[in-house]
Amino acid sequence: MPNITIDGKQITVKDGTSVFEAARQHGIEIPHFCYHPKLSIAGNCRMCLVDIEKMPKPAISCNTVATEGMVVHTQTEKVKALQKNVLEFILINHPIDCPVCDQAGECKLQQYYMDHTLADSNFREQKVKKPKKVVLGPYVMLDDERCILCTRCVRFCDEVTKTGDLCVTQRGDRSTLTTFPGKQLDNKYSLNTVDICPVGALTSKPFRFQCRVWFLKSTPSICTGCSTGCNIQINHHDGKVYRYLPRENEAVNQCWTCDEGRLSYDFINEGRLYRPSVHEGGKDQGVSAEAALAEIAGALQRLAPEDAVFVGSAYESNENNAALKKLAEALGVKDLQYSAHEVDNPYADDFLMKADKNPNRAGVERLGFQPFRGGTQAKVVVALEGLGKSDLARLKSEEPLLLVLLASNQSETADYADVILPTATFAEQEGSFTNFQNRVQKFDKALEPEGAIKPAWRWIAEIAQAMGKDLKIAGAERLLEESFGLKYADLGTSGKVL
Amino acid sequence: MEKILTKNFGLKDSHTLAVYESTGGYGALKKLFAMQPKDVVEEVKQSGLRGRGGAGFPTGMKWSFVPQDNPKPKYLCVNADESEPGTFKDRYILELDPHRLIEGIIICCFAIRSHTAYIYIRGEFVFPYHRIEAAVREAYAKGYLGKNIQGGGYDLDVFVHRGAGAYICGEETALMESLEGKRGMPRLKPPFPAVVGLFGCPTVINNVETIAALPYILEQGAAGYRKFGTEKSPGTKLFSVSGHVQRPGNYEVPLGYPLKKLIYEDCGGMRDGKALKAVIPGGSSVPVLTAAEAEEVTLDYEALAAKGSMLGSGGVIVMDETVDMVKALTNLAHFYSHESCGQCSPCREGTGWSHKILKRMLAGEGRPGDLEQLEKNADHMMGKTICVLADALAMPIQSYLKKFRKEFEAYIKK
Repeated sequence: MPNITIDGKQITVKDGTSVFEAARQHGIEIPHFCYHPKLSIAGNCRMCLVDIEKMPKPAISCNTVATEGMVVHTQTEKVKALQKNVLEFILINHPIDCPVCDQAGECKLQQYYMDHTLADSNFREQKVKKPKKVVLGPYVMLDDERCILCTRCVRFCDEVTKTGDLCVTQRGDRSTLTTFPGKQLDNKYSLNTVDICPVGALTSKPFRFQCRVWFLKSTPSICTGCSTGCNIQINHHDGKVYRYLPRENEAVNQCWTCDEGRLSYDFINEGRLYRPSVHEGGKDQGVSAEAALAEIAGALQRLAPEDAVFVGSAYESNENNAALKKLAEALGVKDLQYSAHEVDNPYADDFLMKADKNPNRAGVERLGFQPFRGGTQAKVVVALEGLGKSDLARLKSEEPLLLVLLASNQSETADYADVILPTATFAEQEGSFTNFQNRVQKFDKALEPEGAIKPAWRWIAEIAQAMGKDLKIAGAERLLEESFGLKYADLGTSGKVL
Repeated sequence: MEKILTKNFGLKDSHTLAVYESTGGYGALKKLFAMQPKDVVEEVKQSGLRGRGGAGFPTGMKWSFVPQDNPKPKYLCVNADESEPGTFKDRYILELDPHRLIEGIIICCFAIRSHTAYIYIRGEFVFPYHRIEAAVREAYAKGYLGKNIQGGGYDLDVFVHRGAGAYICGEETALMESLEGKRGMPRLKPPFPAVVGLFGCPTVINNVETIAALPYILEQGAAGYRKFGTEKSPGTKLFSVSGHVQRPGNYEVPLGYPLKKLIYEDCGGMRDGKALKAVIPGGSSVPVLTAAEAEEVTLDYEALAAKGSMLGSGGVIVMDETVDMVKALTNLAHFYSHESCGQCSPCREGTGWSHKILKRMLAGEGRPGDLEQLEKNADHMMGKTICVLADALAMPIQSYLKKFRKEFEAYIKK
């Protein structure tokens, strides 16, 4: 446990800690481009040079292990000059096309220039010309002039995905980031390279030119792409989701997320159900909420509890499934089943991607819902979310008396439903999912639901109300507490394993 | 003077095993196999032999850094990627006395308990490659390589690997990357090659000339080797003299030899009666000497350091009064910017920027501030990178501008 001094601060660190990490652990951020805590040390950007007493030359803090008695300076005029000079070099061949660069506003080069330089360049020569719009793969574009050759992306593909998609060719200031001949950057996690690119060299095809980043608001959430439940930030602006970014959770997704999950947000923006409707005469008729609720309440009241089947969803939150269960209990309905999203040939690996493309199977099962088995003939079915393909086929063949669907999006199930209540997606409400590790993870409300859209649990409370019953639902958090014994504060930022 | 490295250079078919054996070649092996490896290391330490590739690191000390308790295999890499402009000494050893190198390899590998050596040879060295390759085959055939060498119970395999034409692969860790089949780029240190080298195993890397000195040291002992040279720079060294002298070529002289004597006596003096202007004493990357400095200095590590330059690889480039120092520096800047591997920002950008300024000056577009910018670039590159390629341009920039400033100023438009 060496004791070192950084900028006059006495610090004790674990053996083997780098000067960079020692500083970071104590609130001193040393500027850097190539260093990334999850990747091997490249030491090429030279931005994290610091002055260490008794060392003959400035040392890069990322590759210098803290040793007993070391005295490090990171803020002296000497060190500031080192940083400024490295930045000047990095900037001479950089196009400085910030006005049209997607990275502007979240660019480390831009930030460090503001922090450390703020001076005109002395470079008066012709810049090196390189390709400006290279398609590296299905989701990633390269502007090679902006690349500062930190090789974070190369190391990501070598060390994390182990697919080795990227390399640098040529030498010196002609060095070029590229894929191997005939190959593409098409691994399942390719967009992480865009996240870790410190500049605007790698951009996301789906996101580029869509929104300036300073307009984006960020809401902590959970990816619904599969049962891993990668922690994400939802980046949104003006009621629209523009991208997901991974959020750090060492126990689940470290700081990564897969492309498939990351790009699974379209359903929030598109194909939504906006109003309650009743299927009549072969097409959906928009009706008032009161009318839809009256229809549902009437149907449920006319029947014995045995003639109703409630279908929860592995795609819906713990809270909304818990609310459905509460309604079932209040009405004496015993047949609780659940459906799940089904995908043909789901991709899975031993890293983050699971074959179960539902974020909450563990949660809905824990609540006592059984996998969908049908038996809905001549019964009233109340379902959360669109049913999986085979479940829907079975339901249709059984011809239930009435299908009440609480769902957010248009779907085949919605087309078949008799009554629809439009629900909020997870992005428009707070709640939680239970991932494959039985880890309950919280997601926050990113967007305001539009029009008549409400979280499913609110509709469920209103169905009960229309039947003259009070489910005493005091909010999403209470629903989780009643069913899982957990408050949101218990979940923290990295979730709670049951 | 008795020659150590070039002793056989004048003999007919000096590259063949028969001729090498006839001059007592491989004679050190008997003594070697009777010794303990640690005693061989000690003998080389005592000899004061220093790395002849450029850095001048004490050879025996380098060997002693190889951890002997490490269960991994140990390797020797012989650096035959001779690419420093002005240097052509290793090439002649490879062409004219390859068996001396092989005998040296056996000695080194025995000392560091290695059973595998790689000779990494510059890709452009086609003829030397064929010579060393043939010599290795001969050595295998006669039991100097392979299993149970000369009945001494010691096994050693030697592989010759051709580079693909990058100056940077002469940097020791870039060489190892290249040898492993990767892009030749210097590695971060620490860890150092002695602990984590080729294929992640403890590795010694030595220059051809360094290794070629070993048979003599083993036969004659450290004291025998120390008969040559100075106290701190013992032994002999090959100097590759090029430029405006009457007889350019390789000269083996004891360290401490006066540079003036080398130029005016051994090389027959300046060509066409021109006056000496400047000398690069140790390969293109070391600081240049003025004529006055060159005429005072002796060729050893200490004397050249005292003059602010370095012995380097021993590539002596002699320039007469007709040389335009701006052109000379531009040529070097072009070389180093072309050969920068590109990983470290200061080197990648600084070498290219400096070259562009110099090229513009040569084209008659020099501007006030250019010289100051070149000096700043040199300062911002020097000592700020993984390897010393950036320093290799920074040092010439600094020394040329300091010593020949008027010539540079003449290129700046008033």
